[in-house]
Amino acid sequence: MPYDFDQIVERIDQQKLWTFPGGVHPDGRKHLSNQTAIDTLPLPEQLLIPLKQHIGTAGSCLVTTGDSVLKGQVLTSSPNPFAVPVHAPTSGKVSAIEERTTAHPSGLAELCIVIEPDGNDTWAELAPIENYQQQDKAVLLAAICEAGIAGMGGAGFPTHIKSTARKPVEFLIINGIECEPYITADDRLMREYGWQIRQGIDILMHLIGPKVVVVAIEDNKPEAFKAMQKVCEDCAAIRVVQIPTKYPAGGEKQLIQVITGREVPRQGLPADVGVMMFNVGTCYAIADAILYGKPLIQRVVTITGEAVLKPQNVWALIGTPVQTLLNKAQYQIKKQKVPTVIMGGPMMGFTLPSVNVPVVKITNCLLVPAKKELNLNQRELACIRCSACADACPVSLLPQQMYWHSKAGELDKAQEYNLFDCIECGACAYVCPSEIPLVHYYRKAKSQIRIQRDEKEKAEKSRQRFEARKARLEKEQQEREAKHKQAAAARKQATQNTASAAGDAAKDKVAAALARAKAKKASQAEATVAPAAEAPVPENDNKAKVAAAIARAKAKKAQQEAASEAAETAESTSSPADAESERKAKVAAAVARAKAKKAAAVQPAESPATNASPSDHAPAEASSEMSAEEQRKAKIAAAVARAKAKKQATETTATPAQPADDEAQTATEDDSPEAQRKAKIAAAVARAKAKKQAAESAAPAEQTDSEAEQADDKTVASNTQEDDSPEAQRKAKIAAAVARAKAKKAQREAQQNSAEDNE
Amino acid sequence: MKLVLSSSPHQHVRRTTDQVMRLVLYAMVPGVLAQLYFFGWGVIVQMLIALITAVLTEAAIVTLRKRDIMQALQDYSAVVTALLLAVSLPPLLPWWITMTGSFFAIAIVKQLYGGLGFNLFNPAMAAYVMLLISFPAAMSSWIPPAELASHAVGLSDALSVIFTGFNSAGYDLNQLRFGVDGVTMATPLDFVKTQLGQGYTYSEAIGQAQFTDSLWSSASAGWTGVALAYALGGIVLIQQRIISWHIPLSLIAGVAVTATFLSMLNSDLYGSALFHWFNGAVMIGAFFIATDPVSASTTPKGRLIFGAAIGFWTVIIRTFGGYPDAIAFSVVIMNMAVPLIDYYTQPTVYGAKRAVKQTEGEP
Repeated sequence: MPYDFDQIVERIDQQKLWTFPGGVHPDGRKHLSNQTAIDTLPLPEQLLIPLKQHIGTAGSCLVTTGDSVLKGQVLTSSPNPFAVPVHAPTSGKVSAIEERTTAHPSGLAELCIVIEPDGNDTWAELAPIENYQQQDKAVLLAAICEAGIAGMGGAGFPTHIKSTARKPVEFLIINGIECEPYITADDRLMREYGWQIRQGIDILMHLIGPKVVVVAIEDNKPEAFKAMQKVCEDCAAIRVVQIPTKYPAGGEKQLIQVITGREVPRQGLPADVGVMMFNVGTCYAIADAILYGKPLIQRVVTITGEAVLKPQNVWALIGTPVQTLLNKAQYQIKKQKVPTVIMGGPMMGFTLPSVNVPVVKITNCLLVPAKKELNLNQRELACIRCSACADACPVSLLPQQMYWHSKAGELDKAQEYNLFDCIECGACAYVCPSEIPLVHYYRKAKSQIRIQRDEKEKAEKSRQRFEARKARLEKEQQEREAKHKQAAAARKQATQNTASAAGDAAKDKVAAALARAKAKKASQAEATVAPAAEAPVPENDNKAKVAAAIARAKAKKAQQEAASEAAETAESTSSPADAESERKAKVAAAVARAKAKKAAAVQPAESPATNASPSDHAPAEASSEMSAEEQRKAKIAAAVARAKAKKQATETTATPAQPADDEAQTATEDDSPEAQRKAKIAAAVARAKAKKQAAESAAPAEQTDSEAEQADDKTVASNTQEDDSPEAQRKAKIAAAVARAKAKKAQREAQQNSAEDNE
Repeated sequence: MKLVLSSSPHQHVRRTTDQVMRLVLYAMVPGVLAQLYFFGWGVIVQMLIALITAVLTEAAIVTLRKRDIMQALQDYSAVVTALLLAVSLPPLLPWWITMTGSFFAIAIVKQLYGGLGFNLFNPAMAAYVMLLISFPAAMSSWIPPAELASHAVGLSDALSVIFTGFNSAGYDLNQLRFGVDGVTMATPLDFVKTQLGQGYTYSEAIGQAQFTDSLWSSASAGWTGVALAYALGGIVLIQQRIISWHIPLSLIAGVAVTATFLSMLNSDLYGSALFHWFNGAVMIGAFFIATDPVSASTTPKGRLIFGAAIGFWTVIIRTFGGYPDAIAFSVVIMNMAVPLIDYYTQPTVYGAKRAVKQTEGEP
């Protein structure tokens, strides 16, 4: 039954309105307080201004204790669009800024600015906007925001946000329904200040540009209806209509349904059905703000109930303690069974925790019921499923099912019954014969669900955080592993290459073991040769070189010890052990290189030896550094050396490939033919010595040794290279060869040890 | 000054559960008076027996459950249950059967399910069904209406028969059931059923003594008067907004539609809507029994389905079943269906309908 705009306007003109389901007809009791004009209050001794009086965020405080403030001076500010400021309701001094109990059902304390009036009521400078029709809408909206206006019907939604039209508005509805029993604040306002409400309507029309304005007033307020009709009669776009009295006709959604027959979608806003709605009090405040520049610092409050002698409406400054209003109406505490003050109406209002709480922007009524006037102490009985609540619900909910599930803590089921569509109007609890405080159960369930939702959200967030961290760590781990794998592969390749270069005899481990055993036997007698071999070294004039050679020799010894140690621990020739010993050997080699470098201090720091000895960091890198190019060269050299060696030592099948290898390497790395030649000679000498020493020995083809030697030889070669004189080079080569020979001996010892272990 | 807090709303309509129950009791008065007039003092005695049993049972079980006895008794729900059961029973039923039924209704059907508001079945009807199945002979031993009875039954006779089995003159219940013609009188429904079973047509059956001298052809002596009296009380309940119109109206309509349909198929075999309405327990069932809020459907649509289905089953069981009347069976059957009905008949919430399309405004 979608009605279009023209049909709806036609129906409104004919006073043929829609209705909403359910609803109740409580006794209005409006006559109690609507008989006299709105009065003013004496200035209270203290005003308590809560920083937040609307839906949204609070601003930050602009004043400090001891400041003097003027009437209308802004007290808070915030860059948040959902914040509206609060203002000083009168001139005076800020005596404190502290937490005080305020008008909230929870009775919790919130931050308040306490102002002690000076009695002068001096206005701050006001800035009314002239000719607002010519002003930019943004200017007017800013002025409305600056005046601190939040919906005065009860919800306190910031007006400047609401009146920012995002969708075309067909109906601007001015809500003068005031369907709550007892309250007459809007009634009196319309009767006495109709013109200013009209001015506010004009400003809103300019801002929003609706096709038609509907001023809706319940038919139990004929005087207000007449007054509004009178002030609006000159404007054809404004229609003042009477709505049949039924609670809660003043609810925003219900009033839209009554006037337009449209329903606001569940997740939507009134603007989605082309409607915007403002309370008459809000219109009044808008006119005040734009035309007079006055911020929202006072409002009409109804003080009513049978426990006050003079029920009436008053202009109360925001921040006035409730006590002041009760005194004004002559509160008779004896007329109450228990002292109770309700802020708001009997259907949706809440009981105050204390009479010191201040009036805020949304306070429209103080209800002080006498004994038996209202039914305050409820006697909750069992639900008899009479469904009176369902019949009364204006939103067509099933309150008893919601109650059932809320009470049982079955929150998901309560939600299935659309708990969150409940507007908490109280109609269900009003009609309940078992006096069950239904709304209370719904509020509790709703807040439980909200808490659960928040917790779930929090948990979800921390879960995501955790998973992101886990993923990151895993990724890092994988990267590390990939790097290690790569390095290991490179190392393995290098190892394999070297092993193949080390000789045919060392092809399998058994052969290697045999060879080691033999080597051991051969070197048993030569344990003391090593020191003697050092003898020719001092004769060298290049002392640095000598020192280097000594260092290298020592290093080798140390290295071999390490290698044997490794072999001991491994107790087998399994490849991990090899790798391990290889690593240690490298370390040792690196150490040796470092020592050599120290000894050869005269040489430039950027020698390849230095580069090739990142001993402090990672031995693995050393192996990868000498990959590819060097390995290739080494292989070639080894092949050459092997050929030579074979020739020279035809009687031995297992030629010690090592020296040859070394020599080859040295030769290859030397660029100059001269150097190469010398190196070869040196190598030949070395080989000869080695052969002598290991006449019957098999190839001491320990990978570790050969590799370490390789590295070492490189150092020698490089050092030699760096020395400019061929003479020096030659000498160095010789020294190196001598050193190597010594080292070999020591090494064999070590091997022999390890072979023993293996056996 | 410390103020006392309470939760909104602070205003309540002044009609509490016990007031609701009392109003139901008041609305039963015309029907009870009619029963008293047509069937003698037996109904009053039965009401007292059932009432005392029910209240004592309720008090005992509430005590056992450690609940507030006064609160439980003050809601009058036990009283209403007992009286509804009592008026359904044959007036001269032996006292112990009534006690059994009353005890069963309160202890088993109501309190074992959790007390007021929690019982799945209508306690009075569940107890009635239990008694009918357990004591079929005694439960169908209705005496003839006073105008047709050969022996008038006074208060002392009623007491005597109920508690001893014989009246002061030494007649037992079966002798008291003789009509003026010296034949044992069955209830109209029972009678028609028997006649149809013997090959008579429906119109022949309602031409018998029980149906003569009445307002209309299918109206029976006594029974129709009682039905009308209960209907009157029921209308008061609707007017007072104690019950909604949904269930009574749909139940009566359900009976009418089903009966008329069958009657149109074969008017010789099946009774008319009027016959079904004003014989047996349709009226008291529609206004007082099916409307028991605890065990009935709670949604507006659901109530219509609930009532109509009871009406349908009543006619079907009366016509094709083994028992002459069927309100109790139908109510118990539909009580079981209530959760299902309620689930599928939830009203559409505000704003849940498809949003009204705006006729213009799209740029």
